[in-house]
Amino acid sequence: MTNAFYIASIVALLATLRVITATHAVHALLYFIVSLLAVAVIFLLMGAPFAAALEVIIYAGAIMVLFVFVMMMLNPGPRAVQRERHWLTPRTWAGPAVLAAILAAELVFITAAGTSHTPGAAQVCPAEVGMALFGPYLLGVEMASVLLLAGLVGTYHLSWHLGRRRDNERKREIVP
Amino acid sequence: MNGIPLEQGLIVAGLLFALGAAGVLIRRDVLFILLSLEIMINAAGLAFVTAGAMWLQPDGQVMFVFILAVAAVEVAVGLALVLWLYHWFRTLDVDRASRMRG
Amino acid sequence: MLHCLWLIPTLPFAGFLILAMAGTRLPHRAVASVGVGATGLSAVLALLIGADYALRPPAGNAFAQPLWTWMTVGGFSPSISLYLDALSVVMTLVVTVVGFFIFLYSAENMGQEEGYSRFFAYMNLFVGSMLTLVLADNLLVLYLGWEGVGLCSYLLIGFWYRDAGNIHAANKAFIVTRVGDTALAIGLILLFLQLDTLSIREILARAQAQWPHGSEAATWAALLLLGGAVGKSAQLPLQTWLPDAMAGPSPVSALIHAATMVTAGVYLIARTHGIFTLAPEVQLLVAVIGAVTLLLASASALVQWDIKRVLAWSTISQIGYMFLALGVGAWSAAIFHFLTHAFFKALLFLGAGVVIAALADEHDLHRMGGLRRELPITFWTFLAGAASLAALPLVTAGFYSKDLILNQAWGSSPGGPLLWAAGLGGAFLTGLYTFRMVFLAFFGESKTPVIRKPGVAITVSLVVFAFFSLASGFLQMPALIAPVSVYSDFLSRSLPPAAAATVPRTTEIMLFLSALIVPVFGVAASWWLYIREPGLPAWVAQKPAGAALHRFLLGGWGFDSLYDTLFVRPFIFAARLNRDDFVDLVYGGLAWCSAQLSGRLVQTQSGMIRRYAVGVLLGTVVALGLTLFFKELP
Repeated sequence: MTNAFYIASIVALLATLRVITATHAVHALLYFIVSLLAVAVIFLLMGAPFAAALEVIIYAGAIMVLFVFVMMMLNPGPRAVQRERHWLTPRTWAGPAVLAAILAAELVFITAAGTSHTPGAAQVCPAEVGMALFGPYLLGVEMASVLLLAGLVGTYHLSWHLGRRRDNERKREIVP
Repeated sequence: MNGIPLEQGLIVAGLLFALGAAGVLIRRDVLFILLSLEIMINAAGLAFVTAGAMWLQPDGQVMFVFILAVAAVEVAVGLALVLWLYHWFRTLDVDRASRMRG
Repeated sequence: MLHCLWLIPTLPFAGFLILAMAGTRLPHRAVASVGVGATGLSAVLALLIGADYALRPPAGNAFAQPLWTWMTVGGFSPSISLYLDALSVVMTLVVTVVGFFIFLYSAENMGQEEGYSRFFAYMNLFVGSMLTLVLADNLLVLYLGWEGVGLCSYLLIGFWYRDAGNIHAANKAFIVTRVGDTALAIGLILLFLQLDTLSIREILARAQAQWPHGSEAATWAALLLLGGAVGKSAQLPLQTWLPDAMAGPSPVSALIHAATMVTAGVYLIARTHGIFTLAPEVQLLVAVIGAVTLLLASASALVQWDIKRVLAWSTISQIGYMFLALGVGAWSAAIFHFLTHAFFKALLFLGAGVVIAALADEHDLHRMGGLRRELPITFWTFLAGAASLAALPLVTAGFYSKDLILNQAWGSSPGGPLLWAAGLGGAFLTGLYTFRMVFLAFFGESKTPVIRKPGVAITVSLVVFAFFSLASGFLQMPALIAPVSVYSDFLSRSLPPAAAATVPRTTEIMLFLSALIVPVFGVAASWWLYIREPGLPAWVAQKPAGAALHRFLLGGWGFDSLYDTLFVRPFIFAARLNRDDFVDLVYGGLAWCSAQLSGRLVQTQSGMIRRYAVGVLLGTVVALGLTLFFKELP
């Protein structure tokens, strides 16, 4: 089990690394989906099957698909790839890499300094989660639905104007 | 299943978060920035679920559900804004959108 | 009558106020009336009060009139009060009467000047301040008058302010006398700290009681007072300002720089004679300063080409005589010489003013000549004044006062004969340069045409002064000729008599004869050099040694260049270094830091989202770091 966990973790980390270093947008998306799937495996190994399912269905299945649609609309071509390569020099990596490294080190240190916890092989099954959602967290659920409604209305409003104007333009490649 | 050392799950979450943060800082294309934000949100979700598994309570996964809802809305609105950005500036370079009033 | 004492300084001040506020709107005649009349009324009052004092002396030979309390600070409450005794009667009479006639002269002489009312306003302010000085009961009021006359001297030297040279001269006068004023102020503070009072009578009484003869406190106090006197009276080492002060109009030179202000130092020392008596080394120093200065100044006067500069150096020299007298304890002799000097020096300056105006502003003696034919009255009055200055025997007042000083100097100790010899040498030189001036200006052939002749007002003033230059000597005659001692008897009411040294009869006669002969000798030498053999001085001046000596004497024995190198240049250098004022660096630095910080902060507002993200992340990292640092994780 632990081995599976380590393998899944490494896959997730490597995939995420490739996400942030990819030059083609679609490649980055695909790598991210791989990362999400790996994290879903981790969830499963931790005994949270509901979370794993949700990760795959909603995150990888809905949110990333949305990303893909917009990517298709924007249509990045070879020129975009060239542009990305031009922007991503090692020099530009230096500062953020250092900052992220410090952040990572701090987080790791905080976590590792705590007590070690190796629980039993228990699961938290979906039934429990459902009971919690409709029990003490009912208000949160309602608020989440309101939030989704708000997002829907907002997105519709934002894209309505775009839709009208787009009809008057021809499709163009992304220009740098 | 055998127990997994769950702190290591938190460590993984932390590392993923740091990677996502690096991506936000380094990329100039707004789509990539949004993607890196998603990485960070995902890492936070991982942390929550790990914590829930630690205490064997559903609260972690409940939080993960809410995080997912928030991420979904954020992506939707964010992508609409990306389309507007492209419409106004003819480019997805976020550094171009740095004009301020006054 | 004595109760009207306060009017004496007040009338000139009132004149000043009227002229300062409304002078430019009044016609010339009104300005002259106010200006001359204020001091004239003061002179009349002074005469009346002086007569009253002489005929009906008040108790203790002194009259004090406190006017009001100036301030009350802690235990210190000086008052504005006036004090009249024999010494101040003499001073007041000289200031007001001489002032009146000089004003009369300048009503005509300055008639064409713009700033006519300004002139009279300043002159009245000066007379008021000088009267405050001489009538002061305590040293603080005296210092008030002291500062006032210094201010007026500056204002009047720079009267023609559009010319930068005049302003420089005024600055120089003010700054050099300031050095003396500072010494005087420190002396005042010292006296107050030691004796707890500033009233002059109290100071003298307490000093007599508390300070032993030759004590350190007395020496320091006397030294500081001497410093102040030296500055105002243009003696060594602060004599450099007076020749340059001739940049002012001639009446100014006559009143301020001959008769009154420059004698303020003499008055100060005479007034505080008690302290000097307690510090014999300082008193000797006074005499030495006087002796050296009179020789130095006489030598410098010998080579000057500007007629007013000759008279300026002459003034320095004559005040040296007064200092010499003060230094040997001959207080009334010094004041006697002050009296005669006031008359003949004012006369000489006024005469020089007439000459300068007559020749269209020509100051150079070598360009004058033959004026005795064109300006007869001026010539005869000038001759009277010159004779008095040179101390021609028996008929001139200068002879009697100088003789008195020389006699007293001989009998004093230590170093009496040496001081006497210096005085005698000075008398020779005085005769020499004075008649050089007369011969060059009034004899020979005329080189510049006369364009203006003096009118009534000027002539009256000249004649009056000429009369006094000759007649005032008869107030005090040496015992050898006639036992007349009206003057010293009068002054002995307030000043102690000089220590009467017993000299054998033969020495007395010898002294008298030498004082008689030497000035005549000087005049004769002058006649030889400037009438008989006029080429001789020019021939001497052409030799390299002669030319060097000429330059040296012309420049006042190099004092000006010495002070320039020692003080002026370093000061200007330091001022230029600090031109940007290093203290301002602090405030400027604050502003600069603020601007820099602002610049840095502005750069953070770039509108670039990624930069903002960096900020957020940086803050997060720091916050996490702090929690790690401060919270010991188990």
